[in-house]
Amino acid sequence: MAAVALPTTRPRRRVSAGAVLSLFVLCAAAAIALLPLAWLLTASVRTQGDLTGNPSTIIPSGITFQNYVDIWRMIPFGRQFLNTTVFALTVACVSVVIDSMAAYALARFRFPARTFVFVALIATLLVPIQVTFVPVYNLLVDLGWINTMQGLIVPRVADAFGIFFLRQFFLALPRDLEDAARIDGAGEFQIYRRIMFPLAGPALVTIFIFNLVNNWNDLLWPLMVMPDQDTTTLPAGLAMFRGQYVVDYGPLMAGATLALIPMIIAFIVVQRRFIESIATTGIK
Amino acid sequence: MSTRTATAATVTSGPSRPAERRRRRRRGAIERRRTRAALLFLSPAFLVLGVFVFWPILSALITSFTNDRYLDTVDWVGLANYRRLLDDERFWTALENTAVYTLVTAPVSVALALGLALLLNQRLPARGLLRAAIFLPWVVSLGISAIAWSALIDPQIGMLTSWLSSLGISIGDGLRDPSVAMPAVMFVGIWRNVGFFMVMYLAGLQQIPQHLREAALLDGASAVKRFRHVTWPLLANTTMFVVIIAAIFAFQAFDQIYVMTGGGPFFQTETLVMLIYGTAVLDYDLGYATAISWVLVVIVLTLSLIQMRFFSKRAVEY
Repeated sequence: MAAVALPTTRPRRRVSAGAVLSLFVLCAAAAIALLPLAWLLTASVRTQGDLTGNPSTIIPSGITFQNYVDIWRMIPFGRQFLNTTVFALTVACVSVVIDSMAAYALARFRFPARTFVFVALIATLLVPIQVTFVPVYNLLVDLGWINTMQGLIVPRVADAFGIFFLRQFFLALPRDLEDAARIDGAGEFQIYRRIMFPLAGPALVTIFIFNLVNNWNDLLWPLMVMPDQDTTTLPAGLAMFRGQYVVDYGPLMAGATLALIPMIIAFIVVQRRFIESIATTGIK
Repeated sequence: MSTRTATAATVTSGPSRPAERRRRRRRGAIERRRTRAALLFLSPAFLVLGVFVFWPILSALITSFTNDRYLDTVDWVGLANYRRLLDDERFWTALENTAVYTLVTAPVSVALALGLALLLNQRLPARGLLRAAIFLPWVVSLGISAIAWSALIDPQIGMLTSWLSSLGISIGDGLRDPSVAMPAVMFVGIWRNVGFFMVMYLAGLQQIPQHLREAALLDGASAVKRFRHVTWPLLANTTMFVVIIAAIFAFQAFDQIYVMTGGGPFFQTETLVMLIYGTAVLDYDLGYATAISWVLVVIVLTLSLIQMRFFSKRAVEY
């Protein structure tokens, strides 16, 4: 299946000539990408004395899991982990549906004020979250949504970035299938659900990862909506922890490592689907 | 069917022609049905965006004409906040820093992303692993990875510092050194985003019909020519998207600057967003902070419209 995406027609020897150089460059890039993460991982099993005493090495002089024990004792880690999971997963699932519907309409339909709607959408992309910080906070207070999951989730289930990205994807899709379905008498919602939604698979997966990671890692938003350490999300909880214990690198890095692992697993799982879905998009 | 064709023609060739408009009037009922469908598709997204994005932005605009400081009395001050900007040296430094940060990080990260995507889009051992590794920085909270980077280049106990000094390279006072601070936060910004843009480009590359590349290959086109005349033009939609997003990310850079330098030393890494944050959260000067925000909004909006116009002339359909 995956072989469809690879340039199989090239003679083998020409591929391997450039492949060595390509591999070298890619490995260097990967090493730079992984360096601070590798440091973070090993720092989480080192003692504070080892960290400050042997700065030039990434390799621990001894391994201790005390940092991992400490972080569970120091913050309500389990509760924060659960909240982060519910928040990020719900937003990612719902936004894929809502964003793709809006994107499909913007890419394939003509309606009054379409350009205006699109420009307004782009404009929201450009506005830093800090601009809306105060008005959104006041609104959530009025709704009584501070320190609630709906306050955390609902404002995030549609995002201009996802709509913009999916619109670009729908623009590039061939119209043949859609037209054929319309001739067969399919309704507009049926065309979206049965044809466009499945066809957009790889782009939807991209947006799913994007929203999952973005919300999982977000700091400012949960700090604002969930200011209570007992109910907040992991990154916000770790930031509050860092504020309390400034120099305690070990437990901080242990918490950071645990916050990081689900995203890495999710990415590895989604990666495979990403590649497999290439074959299914292949209408030319 | 003819409506569909007409629509497709308008999308690619700009303003509608009289002949087509006549044809469309005959198809009025179908058009109305499609308009209704489009609005239904849009409504959930725009309900959420309207309440939690559009309205707050306008509300911020109103605040920018007041002297709101979280106090009980709020007075309308007209353009006073905007006039204050003109003489505010800290604002101009922040604007310059934002421009420098954007002009360096956006092109560098897009170019690196395209290069890496092209390298990865061929038959290679451990291809998936390499792609995952380069994408990984984007999966991590930037606030946390910025802590790791700060520790790595700490002048006393940093691992990179000791590696560099054994090569004879000194990074001086680290992040407290004005000549190190800006390059460092730019580096971390690029480090984080390259993998993300690369995945966007890989998705774009996978959409290019295989037969086009095969045809170019059969015609004996060199790798450079295949890129210039086949791959690059067909990536126009992706490039437009990536360049706009890269510029926006750069204009909104915050997390790693906040963690690594806090805008220092001597405001040398203070960007507009950092300045907005400081003015609103630390100085409680909401009126002035929202005025700076609106200047940022207008600048970014203008730049993006210019970029879109530039790229839409180059878009190629296939």
